Amino acid sequence: MAMRNSVQRILALMRKEFLVILKDPRSRVLLFVPPILQCLIFGYAATYDLNNVPYALVDQDRSAASRDFAARLDGSGIFSRVAIAETTEAAAAALLRNRAVLIVAISSDFEKDLMAGQPGRIQVIADGRNSNTAGVAQSYVATIATGFGQDWRVAQGLSGQAVQVTTRAWYNPSLETRWNMIPSLIGTITMMMTMMLTAMSVAREREEGTFDQLLVAPFRPTEIMIGKAVPSMVVGLLQSSLIFLVALFWFRIPFAGSFAVFYLGLILFLAAAIGMGLFLSSIARNMQQAMILTFVLLMPFMLLSGLMAPTENMPAALRYFTMVNPLQYAIAITRRVYLEGATLNQLLPDMLALIAIAVVTMPVAAWFFRNRLV
Amino acid sequence: MTGTSTPTGGARRIAALIRKETWQLLRDPSSIIIGIVMPLVMLLLFGYGLNLDVKNVPVAIVMEESTADARGAASGFELSDYFRTVHVRTMAEAERLLLAHRVNAILRIPPGFARQVQNNDAEIQVIVHGADANTARISIGYAQGAVGTWIAREAARGRLLAPASISLETRLWFNEANESTYFLVPGLIVLVMTLIGTLLTALVVAREWERGTFEALFVTPARSSEILLGKTVPYFVLGMIGFALSVIGSLLLFGVPFRGSFLVLTVVSMLYLLVALGVGLVISSATKSQFLASQMSMMITFLPAMMLSGFMFDIRSMPRIIQMVTYIFPARYFVSLLQTIFLAGNVWSVILPNAAVLAGMAVLLLALSVRLNRKKIG
Repeated sequence: MAMRNSVQRILALMRKEFLVILKDPRSRVLLFVPPILQCLIFGYAATYDLNNVPYALVDQDRSAASRDFAARLDGSGIFSRVAIAETTEAAAAALLRNRAVLIVAISSDFEKDLMAGQPGRIQVIADGRNSNTAGVAQSYVATIATGFGQDWRVAQGLSGQAVQVTTRAWYNPSLETRWNMIPSLIGTITMMMTMMLTAMSVAREREEGTFDQLLVAPFRPTEIMIGKAVPSMVVGLLQSSLIFLVALFWFRIPFAGSFAVFYLGLILFLAAAIGMGLFLSSIARNMQQAMILTFVLLMPFMLLSGLMAPTENMPAALRYFTMVNPLQYAIAITRRVYLEGATLNQLLPDMLALIAIAVVTMPVAAWFFRNRLV
Repeated sequence: MTGTSTPTGGARRIAALIRKETWQLLRDPSSIIIGIVMPLVMLLLFGYGLNLDVKNVPVAIVMEESTADARGAASGFELSDYFRTVHVRTMAEAERLLLAHRVNAILRIPPGFARQVQNNDAEIQVIVHGADANTARISIGYAQGAVGTWIAREAARGRLLAPASISLETRLWFNEANESTYFLVPGLIVLVMTLIGTLLTALVVAREWERGTFEALFVTPARSSEILLGKTVPYFVLGMIGFALSVIGSLLLFGVPFRGSFLVLTVVSMLYLLVALGVGLVISSATKSQFLASQMSMMITFLPAMMLSGFMFDIRSMPRIIQMVTYIFPARYFVSLLQTIFLAGNVWSVILPNAAVLAGMAVLLLALSVRLNRKKIG
């Protein structure tokens, strides 16, 4: 009987929460359109792969070999020649003004050296203002140079290199950042929206004074918590499913895993994120504080999640911090299920960590609902 | 212009409004958190936590024969700073490690390697985990380099045919040390100023609309431009404090080189802060709700500042339509300015056009926000 009453109360509260979220047409639009737009825009934008590298050519050799090399750069589909200069100094202006990312300078003895069996010398100067772009661009030149060197030897009737290095990339054969980025966006975008939604929901009631009414009504803190958590969970699952659909049907990234494991991971992740949102919400005095606290927490979560830079590179102290970061686990789970088809067994540690975060934050939030020291 | 509204009256009213806003700001600890604590935390996170340089890639070495040549080829990996090697017996074991993310790459030296080397037809396999495409690509480059070192050494002793016949001398201008911190930390200033400028302002003004206190201000003789000025000045100051903290931190803690002039840096940062404040004011007066304002400011300022500004990801490699989109967001211009002023110096051909766009945006947005906040009861 008490149980049934409790369920009834929770249902009533949930209905009210859904009304609050969905009654404003602007907030309806805001909850479901931006995730799709963000996934599309960031899916295209957030990539470390380069497909348009403007470069300045300095050909001091003007030989058949040097022209052949430059033609290979131009024909790669990656490099586009924006300037031709006599000297490296003359080409420097293009780099300085952001017109070119690279200067490729072919030395005056290029062909002669090659004929003599010496390595032909090429200088590659890159704009280090973004050292990542620069490094990737330089590695593309290196790949083209290796291919050129081997073909040139064969063309001259010499045998190729003695030892070949063949490379393969598993789970992402053409090495596209997008394959890795978009499954990670499912967790990232959903986390931002749901954590904010949850954190704001209690804070809004506090600010409007309706939370006190809720507390004097026959609701137990646990019931309030469930009533607040479930609507956010539903919104979060809808959002992540929308992004998932964009990944499958727009970006056409093949899904290698099991839907059940994937959604189990998402539900646990949302529970952890919502738990954190509720906790922040329970200690904030008003909406502004709730929002700022959420932001201050979201930012390191996003930066240290492995979304943009690998977590292995972090110093030990920050790796401890990432242990309480739900997004880190979510990204590991979604990527591995999505791309590698990882099984529940392999993901158990990540899933348990998410459960632990939810199990700690939710009761603490419920306690703070009533016992917050104002 | 009424008779009572003399210039001194205006100045007095503005001063009073600024005083009121400043008190409000100082009394709320969350403003201090976002203005002072957050820039410092972000500085540490960016400086120490976000590192795009690839080092110590864990690699499993599978030697399917144990000859001097096979060991020689593997030695390039053991000696390299870029790799951390583990030896395993079978390919199956290596695959298991790769799948468990215990290693990021496998180096396989197939049986018959030494004999193939004699015939100038040997093959070494490198398999990388492709999930993190950027790290994978860089690891492949290092792997080729590591094998190349061994080949070159053997070639010098006349044992092997000469390696690839091109020698590349690579240099990195403006960032000789190849430190990703050097471009990430200046980029952080963009995020700090965006957060303080837009997010905080949007919330503050939206709250006044929600509570109806904005309408209370309307019945006072203060004009709406004066009210807005009173609102923006304290947040402008807070933003500049955040800016100063980030600049000092990036120079002292991370030794980011600074090759431009501080005056130019300060001026363009003020311009960007004005733009950010303008966006915040426009958002708040357009939505008049804290919840919507917070979601909007996150979506149209913070995320684009991170993803579409060229701070992490190269704009030129984005599809054309996304490139067009990046022109709308002010962060793009500011990132360009910061990276140039910090690492390259006062390059006027970069600074002037970008600063001009920011100035134009600031004027436009501030004018728009005065218009949107005209004294009317909605």
